Amino acid sequence: MAYERKFKIGEPILEVNNISLSFGGVKAITDTSFNVLEHEVRAIIGPNGAGKSSMLNCINGIYKPQQGTVSFMGKEIPNITPNIMAQMGLSRTFQNLALFKRMSVLDNILVGRKLHTKTNFLEVALQLPKVKKEEKINRDRSEEIISFLEIEDIKDTPVGKLPYGLQKKVELGRALATDSSIILLDEPMAGMNVEEKRDMCRFILKVNDELGTTMVLIEHDMGVVMDISDRVVVLDYGKVIGDGTPDEIMANQKVIDAYLGVAH
Amino acid sequence: MKPVFMTYTKKDLTNLGVCMVLSLIIIPTFIKTEYWYTSILIPWLCLALATIGQQVVMGYTGQLALGAAGFMAAGAFAMFNLILRVPDLGFVGSLIVSGLIAAAFGILFGLPSLKVRGIYLMVATLASQFFIIWMIDKFGWFKNYDSSGIITAQDIVILGKPFTTPLAMYFVCLAVTTVLTLLAMNMARGSTGRNWMAVRDMDIAAESMGVSLLKTKVQAFAISAFYCGVAGALFAFCYLKSLEPVAFDIKLSFKILFMCILGGLGTINGAFIGAAFILLFPVLLNAVGNNVFHGAIDATIISSIEQVIFGLLMIVFMIYEPLGMAKLWENLKQNIKLKLTSSNKKT
Repeated sequence: MAYERKFKIGEPILEVNNISLSFGGVKAITDTSFNVLEHEVRAIIGPNGAGKSSMLNCINGIYKPQQGTVSFMGKEIPNITPNIMAQMGLSRTFQNLALFKRMSVLDNILVGRKLHTKTNFLEVALQLPKVKKEEKINRDRSEEIISFLEIEDIKDTPVGKLPYGLQKKVELGRALATDSSIILLDEPMAGMNVEEKRDMCRFILKVNDELGTTMVLIEHDMGVVMDISDRVVVLDYGKVIGDGTPDEIMANQKVIDAYLGVAH
Repeated sequence: MKPVFMTYTKKDLTNLGVCMVLSLIIIPTFIKTEYWYTSILIPWLCLALATIGQQVVMGYTGQLALGAAGFMAAGAFAMFNLILRVPDLGFVGSLIVSGLIAAAFGILFGLPSLKVRGIYLMVATLASQFFIIWMIDKFGWFKNYDSSGIITAQDIVILGKPFTTPLAMYFVCLAVTTVLTLLAMNMARGSTGRNWMAVRDMDIAAESMGVSLLKTKVQAFAISAFYCGVAGALFAFCYLKSLEPVAFDIKLSFKILFMCILGGLGTINGAFIGAAFILLFPVLLNAVGNNVFHGAIDATIISSIEQVIFGLLMIVFMIYEPLGMAKLWENLKQNIKLKLTSSNKKT
């Protein structure tokens, strides 16, 4: 590859160590470990029910794994909650869309600026000058993201009224608005047509390239995964069966049997 | 270039101007009958204020709470005791402190919202309604050991001037309501309101964006109770002119809930529309009963009809326009605008 990355892939930023998660008797994830390097695009793939979304939910603190630890920025996080992870600079999108349906696109993205909002409710009620200043900064950043995602014309529409593909874009925008160092994307391209997928890939790569944001994504479209990711981890029945560059994964017999083989 | 951010748009300022002219000049010049002030305008302003409180917790934060009247009672009796025991505080100071006392109760009874939601939370918040009323009844201190059960509210004195005429009391209510409504609007439109709505629409996502559920919910309950407390104090001192726990029973809580839903969940102007509707509708029905049917319909039947119609309206609104009368009003304005522009084009 001829082109030079502005943000060179660095040390591990996120490490998942020996995570096991079960719901009652059902084991969702068994003793899984992998890491994510700074500034890379990392894909998690696997057949349905392999535990990919559960994995993200463990990293993000929505699920509490029975065993194992998650280290972020070199520190082991003992009591993970979504809030703590957000404050540490980890943001995410959801598989089944978790947007604020009755709020406008702009307001949704503005909620992503929450951690950059320091004024309290009294100051907001009184509209002190510093509130106005802060709100202006947050709005400008949100408008920037909106024009980056090319959704200016719908910014005042309540998101509940938008088609699925656009909602996915808004969710990406909300995650971007946090200015997090790492973003987890749970099936960002599910249910999209080829053109929308191409757009989404472009946005993901552009964010990674220009801001150096580390991207972790779950995706089913093999072509997309192999094209945009630096490294891929393959889960099957809650276990890692392959971990490496797209080329290595393509050549891995276990992966072919478990996942790619189905398509052949 | 259009300004990206302004607290108030031109439209807001015209609306505010119209409301101010209407309430400060037109109403006092044209309405001379005391009845309008004592029985309609003053309770309307007080209940609209309480409804804003209900809006904060239910319309904006999506927490199904029932017990606004309990917080109103807390505010009213706090006011009575503050004026009685800490006269130095003055009327405005007492009003703020009674709001804060109600807010403390709001925090206490808002805590269950962290664990339960929906209809279960409604039942949990009912505790506030019954506990506060019980507490006031049980401990004579709150009523200053008055044996009659009904205490007369002290006269309102602000900066040494008495506010005892209906018109003066109307101005007191108007001033307090205006200030608190503007503050509520600022919060609802700013980052505070966005946090509330984020918790309402999708709490997990809100948390993943760094919105603390604990802080946001407790904050909403506290602010809601503050508004209810201040409204309760005004309700007792300007409208009832007496204090009795019975006045703040569960029926009043339901009334405020109806005002909130009929007016339009998640709107501030809906609080005023809903309160006006629920207050004026019985008056209208009575007028119809007296003038059209010349008293042929018994008063008790009229009040039953009122209940039936409220019930029906609640169902109809829930199904066809969950955003309530505020939304109907918006639609009406939009339709008129459309008609006007299309007729302009024809000519």
